[in-house]
Amino acid sequence: MAYHFDFLAAFDYTDVLVKGVLTTVELIAVGGVVGIAVGIFGAWARTQGPRWLKPIVSGYVELIRNTPFLVQLFFIFFGLPSLGVQISEMQAAILAMVINLGAYSTEIIRAGVNAIARGQMEAALSLSMSRVQAFRHIILRPALQKIWPALSSQIVIVMLGSAVCSQIAVEELSFAANFIQGRNFRAFEAYLLATAIYLAMAILLRQLLRLIGDKFIFARRAS
Amino acid sequence: MKLSKLLLGLMAGALLISTSVARADALDDIHKAGVLRVAVPQDFPPFGSVTSDLKPQGLDIDVASLIAKKLGVKVELIPVTSANRVPYLQTKKVDLVISSMGKNAEREKVIDFTAAYAPFFNGVFGPADQKVSGPADLTGKTIGVTRGSVEDLELSKIAPSGATIKRYEDNNGTISSFLSNQVQLVATGNVIAAAIIAKNPPKKPETKFLIKDSPCFIGLNKDEKKLQDKVNAILAEIKKDGELSALTVKWLGLPLPANL
Repeated sequence: MAYHFDFLAAFDYTDVLVKGVLTTVELIAVGGVVGIAVGIFGAWARTQGPRWLKPIVSGYVELIRNTPFLVQLFFIFFGLPSLGVQISEMQAAILAMVINLGAYSTEIIRAGVNAIARGQMEAALSLSMSRVQAFRHIILRPALQKIWPALSSQIVIVMLGSAVCSQIAVEELSFAANFIQGRNFRAFEAYLLATAIYLAMAILLRQLLRLIGDKFIFARRAS
Repeated sequence: MKLSKLLLGLMAGALLISTSVARADALDDIHKAGVLRVAVPQDFPPFGSVTSDLKPQGLDIDVASLIAKKLGVKVELIPVTSANRVPYLQTKKVDLVISSMGKNAEREKVIDFTAAYAPFFNGVFGPADQKVSGPADLTGKTIGVTRGSVEDLELSKIAPSGATIKRYEDNNGTISSFLSNQVQLVATGNVIAAAIIAKNPPKKPETKFLIKDSPCFIGLNKDEKKLQDKVNAILAEIKKDGELSALTVKWLGLPLPANL
């Protein structure tokens, strides 16, 4: 007998789906903003930072970029309580995303910083700016302009990667799909629906990042 | 004269055979053979599994040995799967099925059961300092459960709205969430709770209340009243003197519940 598709069955669980979408949005909103901030700090530390900080940041970047996200997540959620650090699954998920995105964006932004001609920094210093001021006002904006598309892609990847947070019972979108599938056994419909929602969210996020880029990264400051 | 004698002899012989067939009794046969043949699981720890040197071990194996000892015969263990354990019994390849088998209406049509010998249930477990005795007490608590399992479906129905249910991908996630204090209670099977206890954690999961109870029974062929009564008498005896409870403590980490 042929399989009877029943997409309406998934809509019995609309509240689970809506909650899942909102949780995924929350994860990427907080994780994305803080993760990029960590990345900018990391890029500064690796290029302009004090000598003692460089090996620490390099170690962090290598450690995170060479281990799976899921293992990092499990370590934070199931491992850290053994050391007395008790955090909720939502905090663990956001922390893991910040740490993960921070490491990747450190490398992406560092590439942008390295692409800025050395003379820019020298000119800024000759105007008696401090190195931090020079980085903040002279280097950062053109560096971000160069790598903004790559950084946008990385943010979208991290958002899609948040799907594994369902493994520690974070009730995000793939948790919702698993939940529905576990109740009505309609795997095709549940996962197709989740796929479509992820696709829509990824496209929206990319458009949003382009708008943010146009408004804050590429636009000249009116002054 | 000779012919009639022969016929008489044949008839007498036939009568003897037929009566011996009609009166064949499983309990007598066991005593005659000196061996109790028991169907046991080999792939369902802690009820039945094999050690690294291929010896069967588990609660069902120990119960089988104990019953054979009480009958005064040797035990012969026959490994079965949950699919073929009833056919083994029906074709008289075994005398008893001690294979973590639950009692249900379909099975009762084809075989008989003795009294229950081991607990098998889903319930809510937690450390001693959690005062929970029913679903209503779950308000304000966080309970870990394996997503889509029987206990997930049942708990979702009975839990009050103030309870937080955290659903994990598999039993390992549920166990880890409990051991790492991410949840206060877990809803799972007593076998899983036994696996947690076996790891000797700082907080031991104790049974708080049952969600679904389906204890294990010993299966035997229909119309074997003598064997059924004898096994029931042995079960009553080993329940009373604590021998059975010692076995459930050994394998399941909890004493025999009072309702068995």
